[in-house]
Amino acid sequence: MFSKEYLFKKVAFSSATLILIILVSIFVMLFISAKPAIEKYGFNFLTDSSWNKTVETKVPLTPQEIKAKKSSKQKINTEEDDSLFADDTPVLGGDEASDNEDSNFNIITKNIFGGFVPIIGTILSALIAMAFSIPIAMGIAVFLSEIAPDFLIKPVGTAIELLAAIPSIIYGMWGLFYFAPLVQKVFGGSQISLLTAGLVLGVMILPFMAAITRDSMNTTPDVLKESAYALGATKYEVVKDVIFPYAKVGIIGSIILSLGRALGETMAVAFLIGSVFKIPHNLTDPTISIPVVLANNFGEASGDMMSSLFFLAFVLFVFSFFTIGIAKFYFLRGRR
Amino acid sequence: MAKELIMDIKDFSFKYAGAPKPSLVDINLPIYRNKVTAMIGPSGCGKSTLLRALNRIHDLYPGNEYKGEINLLNLETDNFENLLEIKKENEFIALRQRVGMIFQKPTPFPMSIFDNVAYGLKLAGIKDKNIVQEKVENALKGSAIWDEVKDRLKESAMGLSGGQQQRLCIARAVALKPEILLLDEPTSALDPISTGAIEELVSELKKDISIVIVTHNMQQASRLSDYTAFMYIGKLIEYNKTDKIFLNPQEKLTEDYVTGRFG
Amino acid sequence: MRSRRLLLNKIVLILSTLSAVLGLVFLSWILITLFIKGISSLDFSIFTNDLVDGGLKNLIFGQFFMALIATIIGVPLGMMAGIYLREYGNSTYANIIRDLSDIMMSAPSIVIGAFVFAVFVAPFGSINGWAGSIALAIMLIPIVVSTTDNMLSLVPKELREAGIALGGGKHQVILDIILKAAKVGLTTGILLAFARIIGETAPLLFTSGTNSFWTTDLSNAFPSLTVSIYNLANFPTDKARDLAWGASFILTVIVLIINLIGRFLTRDKG
Repeated sequence: MFSKEYLFKKVAFSSATLILIILVSIFVMLFISAKPAIEKYGFNFLTDSSWNKTVETKVPLTPQEIKAKKSSKQKINTEEDDSLFADDTPVLGGDEASDNEDSNFNIITKNIFGGFVPIIGTILSALIAMAFSIPIAMGIAVFLSEIAPDFLIKPVGTAIELLAAIPSIIYGMWGLFYFAPLVQKVFGGSQISLLTAGLVLGVMILPFMAAITRDSMNTTPDVLKESAYALGATKYEVVKDVIFPYAKVGIIGSIILSLGRALGETMAVAFLIGSVFKIPHNLTDPTISIPVVLANNFGEASGDMMSSLFFLAFVLFVFSFFTIGIAKFYFLRGRR
Repeated sequence: MAKELIMDIKDFSFKYAGAPKPSLVDINLPIYRNKVTAMIGPSGCGKSTLLRALNRIHDLYPGNEYKGEINLLNLETDNFENLLEIKKENEFIALRQRVGMIFQKPTPFPMSIFDNVAYGLKLAGIKDKNIVQEKVENALKGSAIWDEVKDRLKESAMGLSGGQQQRLCIARAVALKPEILLLDEPTSALDPISTGAIEELVSELKKDISIVIVTHNMQQASRLSDYTAFMYIGKLIEYNKTDKIFLNPQEKLTEDYVTGRFG
Repeated sequence: MRSRRLLLNKIVLILSTLSAVLGLVFLSWILITLFIKGISSLDFSIFTNDLVDGGLKNLIFGQFFMALIATIIGVPLGMMAGIYLREYGNSTYANIIRDLSDIMMSAPSIVIGAFVFAVFVAPFGSINGWAGSIALAIMLIPIVVSTTDNMLSLVPKELREAGIALGGGKHQVILDIILKAAKVGLTTGILLAFARIIGETAPLLFTSGTNSFWTTDLSNAFPSLTVSIYNLANFPTDKARDLAWGASFILTVIVLIINLIGRFLTRDKG
């Protein structure tokens, strides 16, 4: 018979361990599900910009194959157009290759999946969001921690935090129907674009970034600020020379953490980025990001596309795991 | 040498924002030039509040109310000017460059040792590198910390010991050549050895600077100061030469306090 | 020189005040838009009809129900894990778990959806409400862990010692004293966590999907307000869009009210 104390502790321990189990399972399941694509495309997946594209490649035959082919020429000739059927189940190697009699090549047809476009789209939209939100978030944080009179700190702070609580799909809706037309008026291009997606994403992470940056700034001891004022510093100088350097590590952590959020955000982007597999040449071109690829294609995918989607999910998970990990454990250590 | 006033506090009252009643009432206190004036009294008596009025650092937090006058000698015109009349930001800056302040806990800025001392100079608009270099060196020497830091000027000030940090903060204030230096219990967070070093430094500094020090340590007040003001619940009870206060106080309250009957 | 400094100071102060104003402008813009579009598309039938008849009844219920199941699954696990971290774990292991939980809290929700799809949808061959609830529970657990961990850390050590000194077992002291002492904070934390998951879309997209019909059967595609908003907004008809706005309005009101209740509970504690 176990004591209650023992059981309680065991249950608590198991619950904590569940966190580890879930995280490890996420890694493992994503990896296993992505494995066919990983084996097929390897690291090329990360730099290949074609998605679900049918390609024919000529693969030169090795001398042995030429020899073998010559000895069984007639047999192969009958299979000449087989590759047309191979769209959905492309196979590497020479099995389904058709023979071109005069040149010693195998022609292989397959559907290629590469993650370059969504990877770039994810990074660019997050960077636009950061470029937009960092200066404003810093301004809000400075306002809340240094400028606002007492009676404003609480209501403005609460408003900013409520802004952070609004579900991301609402940002998407608002962005699509109201913000995007405005952005288009100002910057031209189409309403659905990398730029509008990035800006809406920026509006969305803004309150989050502002709130945690303010928390970092508030760790600066009052007496340190006072002693700068006592030397004749202005408010701006105190912020620039004392608060920012003092809270630097925390502020950088807040920014990276927000970047982590931006990279993984789905809904605010899904409405606006355009879902086009094309490298954007202008900021106002539509493109796609990893979460959006997943959101739009997961339902109907199978085979290579499915494992490619899992590959993308795996890439995103690893990427944001390290981004968030760096933010939390290098910069925000000891603060929760 | 005739006693020369540098600051004159007249009928001064102070109320914190939102407080029901004033924390300081009708304070009259002279501050003499190149002397050390100590302010003593039990916690909550208002001595730090008074000190913090002398460079108007209270004004960082809005809503406080001042009454009376705090007159500061303008060395150029030889006139006294009431610093409670200051309203403009640039006048505040000028005031704080003339009246330096040291806090209870050392407040090194998150920058190198050199930059800490150079910071006030930079704010004061001194750009010439050689002048800055020279002034920083003199301030560090004058604050008896030069020998300890001269080989590590580029290192972060956070790496210094508490006592060193406090002397660095004094150097930082002194570099601006203030007329008055306010010290708010500057040794309360330090060990006895560092305290000794700071006290020695204060006695040195008064050659050039008038000093006002708040302390809860009566030995420190009697060792360091020329004049002592004893405060109790927002009022100035007694002010006199330090030896008079400690040896022959006129007020019963003062006597009780300096003999340790309450505190 | 000094006037330049003062000018620069003024400029920066104005800019940062403007940033705050801009933040508030965005908040009011979003809320006012939602309010106007939402109110105009709301009528009572929305609450009595299911999506198939042009209403939102089944969607609101479904969203609540999945979030509730997620809470029932996630809160005990998260709290027990938080209790372990704060009360039993001074070990490296506990610190690692705490770190991992923090990372999990910020992990992309769509990836959690993908994971739940691989484990709870693919093997069964169809999307289902359980999968949606589990995805939300995975989002919820680390938030509850962090809340519990933080709130318990605010309970004074003396309270634990006093409990032990009275002869209570550790688990009794935790259950009877410490959790009670931290009750308000924990309740608020759980409310905020609930508000966070009830607004989630991405982890539901391919786990629960959504359903136009009323159902309480979690083994089928389950109605989701958020997923339906996404679908409706991409519909070309005005009617669908209006319904999406109405749904967005209701969702935001729910989320903000839960948030405000949470804040109200802890109003005296800063």
